[in-house]
Amino acid sequence: MNEKLRVGLFVTCLVDLFRPSVGFAAAKLLEDAGCEVLVPVSQTCCGQPAYNSGDRADTREIAEKVITAFEEFDYVVAPSGSCAGMIRKHYPLLFAGDKALEKRAKALAGKTYELVSFLTEVCNVTQVEAQYDGVVTYHDSCSGLRELGIRDQPRELLATVKGLKLSEMKNADVCCGFGGTFSVKYPDISNSIVAEKTATIEDAKPDLLLAGDLGCLLNMAGKLKRQGSNVHVRHVAEVLAGMTDKPPIAESRRDLRGSDG
Amino acid sequence: MVEVHSPEFKENSRKALKDKQLQRALQHVRGNFIDKRAKSIADLPEFEALRDNARDIKNHALEHLDLYLEAYEERVVAQGGHVHWARDSIEARGLVLDICRKVNAKTVTKGKSMITEEIALNEFLEKNGITPIETDLGEYIIQLRGEHPSHIIAPAVHVTKDQVAEDFKKAHTHLPPDRSMDEPENLLLEARGILREKFIAADVGITGANFLVAETGTSVIVTNEGNGDLTQTLPKVHIVMASIEKIVPTLEDMSQILRVLARSATGQEMSVYTTLSTGPKRKTDVDGPEQYHVILLDNGRSNMLGTEFQDMLRCIRCGACMNHCPVYHSVGGHAYGWVYPGPMGAVLTPQLIGVDKGGHLPNASTFCGRCEEVCPMRIPLPKMMRHWREREFERHLMPSGQRRYLQLWAWMAKRPAIYRLATNVVTTGMRILAIGRGRFKKFLMAGSWTAERDLPAPQGGTFVSQWKRQRPEQVR
Amino acid sequence: MSSKADILASIRKATKGRKSAAQRRKDVEARISEHPAGVLPEGPRTLAQKTKKFAEKAKLAAASVDIVSAGDEAQAISKWLRDHNLPQTICQGSDARLKKIKWPRRGGPDIKTGPSDGSDLVGLSHGFAGISESGTLVLTSGAQNPTTINFLPENHIVVVDAKDIENDHETVWQRLRRRYKNGKMPRTVNMITGPSRSGDIEQTLIMGAHGPVRLHIIVVKGATNAARKSRRA
Repeated sequence: MNEKLRVGLFVTCLVDLFRPSVGFAAAKLLEDAGCEVLVPVSQTCCGQPAYNSGDRADTREIAEKVITAFEEFDYVVAPSGSCAGMIRKHYPLLFAGDKALEKRAKALAGKTYELVSFLTEVCNVTQVEAQYDGVVTYHDSCSGLRELGIRDQPRELLATVKGLKLSEMKNADVCCGFGGTFSVKYPDISNSIVAEKTATIEDAKPDLLLAGDLGCLLNMAGKLKRQGSNVHVRHVAEVLAGMTDKPPIAESRRDLRGSDG
Repeated sequence: MVEVHSPEFKENSRKALKDKQLQRALQHVRGNFIDKRAKSIADLPEFEALRDNARDIKNHALEHLDLYLEAYEERVVAQGGHVHWARDSIEARGLVLDICRKVNAKTVTKGKSMITEEIALNEFLEKNGITPIETDLGEYIIQLRGEHPSHIIAPAVHVTKDQVAEDFKKAHTHLPPDRSMDEPENLLLEARGILREKFIAADVGITGANFLVAETGTSVIVTNEGNGDLTQTLPKVHIVMASIEKIVPTLEDMSQILRVLARSATGQEMSVYTTLSTGPKRKTDVDGPEQYHVILLDNGRSNMLGTEFQDMLRCIRCGACMNHCPVYHSVGGHAYGWVYPGPMGAVLTPQLIGVDKGGHLPNASTFCGRCEEVCPMRIPLPKMMRHWREREFERHLMPSGQRRYLQLWAWMAKRPAIYRLATNVVTTGMRILAIGRGRFKKFLMAGSWTAERDLPAPQGGTFVSQWKRQRPEQVR
Repeated sequence: MSSKADILASIRKATKGRKSAAQRRKDVEARISEHPAGVLPEGPRTLAQKTKKFAEKAKLAAASVDIVSAGDEAQAISKWLRDHNLPQTICQGSDARLKKIKWPRRGGPDIKTGPSDGSDLVGLSHGFAGISESGTLVLTSGAQNPTTINFLPENHIVVVDAKDIENDHETVWQRLRRRYKNGKMPRTVNMITGPSRSGDIEQTLIMGAHGPVRLHIIVVKGATNAARKSRRA
C-alpha cells in the first residue's frame, strides 16, 4: 500500500503565535517520512488553559471544534507532548457520559500523536538527514514524558544527526516550572523552579538546549537569556529537520551579532 | 483545628523563597529522598505489581468501609480494648481528655501522628492542664520551636542542625552550656536522654496508626526511632488516634502495602519498627499498657466517599509526592498554611478546611505529574487538583481579573475567524515592539513573567497565515 | 444519633446501591477468612539460601548477624558481649527457648528474668520468626519475651532458629494464626529491621534514636527440640 498517510497538523497555539518555523520543521519531517500534511485553518488551541483553570464548559466547546476540524485525517500530529496529551488522554474524559461525542473523542484520541513519537512509532523513522555541529542537551517536557512516554524517541533520532553530541543534564525529567497558567499565577515559584533547571542545563555545558514543547522552551529560554547565558534554545523538530537557519528562541539576528544591550 | 494560613499561600511562598536557611534545608529533600526511593525500587522487580495490588486493596476496603470498621471494632473489643467514634476534631479531643482525666494524667507522650496535628490536640491538652510531649525527634524539635511539621514524614526537614543546637541550648538549661553540640550525634543523644525520662514518667501514650487491620483488631505503627513503641508500651494507657480510612482487611493486605510504603517514603525496604498492637496487656504479660483505646476519627472523610475525591482516601502518608514536587522543593511545607503540604495536601486541604480557604493549593501546581508517577497508591493527584479548580470556577472563587482574561481568551478560541485576526494583530504588534530583538526585558500584560525572566518575542506572522500563503493547496 | 451511627450512615450513603447488602457482607467475610496473599516477591527455596539472604538483608539494615550451630549460642553471646566491652549481664523473659541455652557452670552471665526497667544494658529475646525478604525479625509479646526488652536496653540480642526464617511476611502471618487461633493476637507483634535510627536532623542517618543502638542477631542452625515444638504448635 503506497497511499500516503493523511496527517492533520495540529500546530498548537504557541507555535502558531511565537514560532511558526517549528510548524514548518514538523511539516518537513512528516513529509520526509512520506506523509501528506494538511493544516485546518480553523484550529486555535486544544483548550488546555481553560481545562486546567477548571472551566470545563469552555474546554468542551473548544475540544468539540478540534474534533470536528481533525477527525477526517488518518492521524493528527502536534509538535507538543502537552497538546497531544490533552487530546489523547483528556478529551475522552471530558465527554464521558455523552455517548456520541465520547466516541468521536476516543477515535480522535486514538490517532493523535506527538510529532517525534509519531515519526518513530507510526512512520518507523530510524534516522534523519540533518546536521548540527555542537553539543546539545535535551529537556523532557512533563506531559510528553509522563502522559505519552516520550523519552527515548527524540534521543534516538538526535543520535543520527551528523555532528551532534548529546550531553545529558541532571534531572532532565524534572519540570521546568512553566505549567501554562501556573507561570503567570505563581511567577515567583515558577521562577525558582526554572532557575534550578537552568543551573542543571549550564552544568551540562551545551551549546544548545532542546525540548519538544514550546511552552517549556519559552520559559527556559527566557530565564537563560535573563541570566546572560550563551546557551541557545530550539524546538527539537528544528534540529531534526535540519532547519536551524532561523535565529534561536529569544534571539534575533541583531542579538546574534552581539549588539544586545 | 490548627490555625489556617492557606489563603496566604502566595505571601507565604514569597517569604519562603527568600528564606536562605529554609532554602538550604530544602536541598536535603531534593537529593536524598529521591535517590533512595529510586534505588530501593530498582531492587524490587515486583514493585509495580505491588502498587497495583495496594491500590486494589484500598479500593476494596473503601467500598466496604462500614463493614470493615464494624469487624475491626468487634475484634478490638473481644481482646479487651475500647473503640470510640469521633465525627470531628472536637469530639476526638474530648474523648482523649476524658480518658486522660479518668487516670489523672499529667503528662502524655506522643508518637508521630499527623492526625493529632489535624485536630490540634497538643494545644487542646495544654489548655486543659495536661502536658503533651512529642517523642519523634523531628516532632520534638518543632515542638520546642513552637512550630508545626513542614513535611509529613520528616517534620523538621526545614530546620538546620545549627538551629536545633540553639533550640536545645534554650530548652535544656540543666545541661552544661559549653557541651559539644556540633555533631548531629550529640544532639540525638541529648534528646534521647531527656525523652527517656519522659517516656517512663508519662501517664498516657498516644500514637497514630498507619493501618487498622479488620481481621485481627490490630493497630499498626511504622517508625524508625522506636519512640512510638516506648510511647505505647510504658504508660498505663495507650490511645490510638486513627482516621477511618486506615482500615485494611487482613494482615496480608497490610504487608502488601508495607512493601510500597517504606520504599516510597525513605527508600528503606522496611522501616526499622513495624509494630502491631492488639488490645491491652494480657493477664500473663509482664509489661504493656493496662488500657487500650482506639479513637476512630471521620473529620470529613466519609463525605469524600462516592465523590471524585474518593481516591485520595487511599493515601498512606508516605510523603513521596512532596519529595518529588518542584513546588514543594521551592517553598517547603509551611507555605501551604495548614497540616498537609505538597500535592497530597493540595488535594486534602480544600476538603478538610474548605475550598474557599484552601483554594490556592490545588492551583499551585505545574501539573508536571511527578507526584502521580511516584504515588505508591496510584492516586491521580493532578486530576483531583483539577477537580478542585473546577469547583472553584463554578463557585466564582478565581480572582475576577483572571476569570475575565480566561473567558475572553476562550471566547476567541471558539471563534477561529476572530482568533486568526487577533493573533495576527498580536504577533505583528509584538514584532514591531521588539524592534529587531529576540526578546523583551519588560512587557506590559506579562509583568509577572518578565520580573525575573525575559519574554521571547514572536518570529512574526502566525504559522497558519504563513502556511495559507505558502501552501494554499494543503489547507483544510 | 450516636457518632458511630452517624459515621456509618455517612459511609453507607456513599456505597449504597452498588451491590446488595448481603453480597457486600459475604465479600467482606470471604476476604477476611481467605486472606489472599497477593504479590509475593520471589524468594530463595532452600533453608541455607533463606538463612544467607536473611543475614545479608539484616546486615544491610545495620544489624550484626552471627550464624551458629545449635548448642553454641552461649559462647556466641558471651563473645559478642566481650567484643563490645559489655558486662556479662543480660535481661530476658521466661522464654523456654532461651532457657535451653547452655551457659557454662561458672563464668556465665548474670541473667535477670523479667521486663526491662530501662537500667539494663543488654536485652535478650527469642524471635518468633525471621523474614529473609528484608532481614526482619518478628517478635511476639508475653512474659516469655516482654516488649520492653526490645526497646529499652542499648543492646538487643535476638536468638532466632534458622528453621523459623521464612521468605515473606505472609508465611509468618499463617504461622501466627496457627499459634494464636481464632483471630486472636498477642498484645504486640514487633517487626524489627535493624537497630533504631533517626534521620530527622538534616537527613543525616544516626543510629540509636530511642531504641537499641545495636541489634545483634544469632541465627541457630539445626533446630533444637524446643524450636521444633514451638514451630509445630
